[in-house]
Amino acid sequence: MLNDVTFGQYYPTKSFVHNMDPRAKIVFVIAYIVAIFLADNFYGLAAVTVFLLLVVFLSRVPFGRVLRSVKMILFLIIFTAILNLFFYSGESAYDPLVKWGIIKITQESVVNMIFLSFRLFLLVMGTAVLTLTTTPVALTDGIESLLTPLKWIRFPVHELALIMSIALRFIPTLMDETNRIIAAQKARGANFESGGLIKRAKAVVPILIPLLVSAFRRAEDLGDAMDARCYSGAKGRTKYKKLTFTWRDLLGLIFIAGLITGIVFLNLNFGGKFAILALING
Amino acid sequence: MKAVKFDNVKFAYGDGGGDYAVNGVTLEIEEGEFVAVLGRNGSGKSTLAKLINALLVPETGKAEVFGMDTSDEKKTFEIRKSAGMVFQNPDNQMVASIVEDDVAFGPENIGLSREEIGERIDFALKAVGMQEYRQATPSRLSGGQKQRIAIAGVLAIKPKIMILDESTAMLDPKGRCEVMDVIKRLNKEEGITVILITHFMEEALEADRAIVMHRGEVVMDAKPEEIFSCSEELESYNLTLPRAAYISKKLIEGGLPIKGAFNAEDLAEELCGLLHKD
Amino acid sequence: MRIVAQGLTYTYNPKSPFASQALKGVDLTIEEGEFFGIIGHTGSGKTTFVQHLNALIKVTGGVLKVGDYDLSDKKCKFLELRSKVGMVFQYPEYQLFAETVEKDVMFGLKNFRKEMKEEEMKAAVREAVEMVDLDYDAIKDKSPFELSGGQRRRVAIAGVIVTKPEILILDEPAAGLDPLGKQEIMALLHSIHGKTCKTVIIVSHDMDEIAENCTRAAVFAGGKVIMEDTPSGIFKRSDELQALGLDIPVTAKCAKILSEHGIGVDTDFTCDDFISKILQKYAAQSGNEGSR
Repeated sequence: MLNDVTFGQYYPTKSFVHNMDPRAKIVFVIAYIVAIFLADNFYGLAAVTVFLLLVVFLSRVPFGRVLRSVKMILFLIIFTAILNLFFYSGESAYDPLVKWGIIKITQESVVNMIFLSFRLFLLVMGTAVLTLTTTPVALTDGIESLLTPLKWIRFPVHELALIMSIALRFIPTLMDETNRIIAAQKARGANFESGGLIKRAKAVVPILIPLLVSAFRRAEDLGDAMDARCYSGAKGRTKYKKLTFTWRDLLGLIFIAGLITGIVFLNLNFGGKFAILALING
Repeated sequence: MKAVKFDNVKFAYGDGGGDYAVNGVTLEIEEGEFVAVLGRNGSGKSTLAKLINALLVPETGKAEVFGMDTSDEKKTFEIRKSAGMVFQNPDNQMVASIVEDDVAFGPENIGLSREEIGERIDFALKAVGMQEYRQATPSRLSGGQKQRIAIAGVLAIKPKIMILDESTAMLDPKGRCEVMDVIKRLNKEEGITVILITHFMEEALEADRAIVMHRGEVVMDAKPEEIFSCSEELESYNLTLPRAAYISKKLIEGGLPIKGAFNAEDLAEELCGLLHKD
Repeated sequence: MRIVAQGLTYTYNPKSPFASQALKGVDLTIEEGEFFGIIGHTGSGKTTFVQHLNALIKVTGGVLKVGDYDLSDKKCKFLELRSKVGMVFQYPEYQLFAETVEKDVMFGLKNFRKEMKEEEMKAAVREAVEMVDLDYDAIKDKSPFELSGGQRRRVAIAGVIVTKPEILILDEPAAGLDPLGKQEIMALLHSIHGKTCKTVIIVSHDMDEIAENCTRAAVFAGGKVIMEDTPSGIFKRSDELQALGLDIPVTAKCAKILSEHGIGVDTDFTCDDFISKILQKYAAQSGNEGSR
């Protein structure tokens, strides 16, 4: 049941993108998302697409593997697409394509749907490249490092990072444990596959309680083990791993800055997303 | 100076119904000793261990580690630096998803420089024979390997005492063997004082000295061979003999003129001297 | 019920980069009434095999029959099968969840025997709890979390035998217990074997435990059964076992060294038998010397 959930989808290989500093990659992805939302017309999205393809190529992750992460939220994309198709409320310059009761599909709503779905698609693909090329541990380190300035406002950066690191460490352990408990209760005749909502919710109790009990036990043990290894908070603590910013990261950031500039240029020169309708309708 | 010195130490858990988990223990352990602690579940072994490195503090009496009083909060950090502890479940004592990051945790806590931490990781992983797993993920390792990483994590702090609280209980025979080899080597080569809490009587035979606990008290304290020679007394504490010792005891009772042995090899050797070839 | 496996194969995460073949054609027959031991390293396929027996893992290759149930048949009544093949996992005390011991032990009955009346269920729970040597009246209303580790394990076993399975499988039933606790659990399994369950199968790393308790045993290695014999037959091949990195019983270690010195001991490797054979040998020898 839980085997389907692939946690941490890191794709191990060596590439330009893999070797980038996680901090640079996080900033890069944020800038990429900004670029997507900045793009106002299809030319902009096309530019982002070309850019994405280039990054995927550089990352040496098979394209199909990146596409697979879209599959996970395909439902969400389709759902928003349908909402946009039927409930687009903007003015229309052309005759509606379909008119049936309160439902009205205009050319603008179709364009809007395609545009938004495409955006969402690019968004997911881009973040997928990040998680495919960066280990969860490196991501945690990167986030911690980027949040470091917040220490000045007494934000518990170290504690947060430690919590993330421990969570990452225990996810596989707890998944194994969950599978074992499920198997044990199945052997006692528990049925998790059939029945109504309430029945299914009830069926979870024999899994949840042992899991919670065990998680608490583990937490207690871990607390002792950390104490025994001289843990006493962030004070006086040093750090072994240090992230290094290299030419790759600089290049990447110049690259993304170029993309954003390009998109602003396209926005200014080629009008909004509906400009394409004028082209189609002559 | 004694590595560990307990003077009439008593301790009770809040929910223990007033019973002392450790009830008046007086004990001295020399630096460099290898001590096994035996006893049934609930006999107070683990409590004793936690009292040594100040995870617990005596209610009455006095516990000292290298002369430092464990009830003195200012000393807690120094005490934990000198008395490291490995627990039962290897999964529950690792904080990081990469072996070297986990081993680094202790040295980071005591504020070492990056270079020094790197050296400590090298040293610790080498000492447990896991150098090539530096970048590995703990969840992919076997039980014995995980426990060796846990030992490395403690070793990186360079403690003088290593307490192992049933650290072999959850391992398969191979893993147990690996861990025992590491412990023996640390004691012999690095001169680390080892306090090994265990259910496996065979493991106690590796120690210089064995302590038997029963209802919170130390009831036997001698060389393992001497302890296993008192089988009736041992039984009264609900403990058993190592299997080879049991067999040789029965053989002696059956009239065989042997001294008695504690492991299979010695027993076989004695029998070889006694029985004729076919 | 008889268990017959023929050419059983199984692969985890098939068609993915993480694919690993756990079973590579297992042939094994376990007769009704046996106290069967399963030996092997972590990763030898023994756990995967055992989980096939009550359909926690569905058969994907080869044939597996348990009594009249054909587990390779998709139409097999899996739920009914599970009530007849009980499975006790490693550290079973960690699966307890209900507010009281009684409710926890009853869980299996509520799932498998929906037609049973409350009174009948209570009677069955009492029987199971008493079977594992616990005082039913004293603990039935207690929370399982109040009990000691050893008691919790017994409650967990009671929760499996409450449906009176014909076959009881236990993965490392004595793991983590102190020596006396181990002996008690093994004694308990023998009494269950005599009364409640016809066949008992234990997975164990402890070779002494196998030698002392089992009628027959199988050694798993690399996803196959490489030995299937009585313990005495298996431990006669101690060199092969040690080559696989497996342990051998203390008695077998002694016997091996003795035979290297030309002293043969014909034992079944249980402690008692080994002791009496050595004593007999010594008596015969000193008898000869006396008559000379």
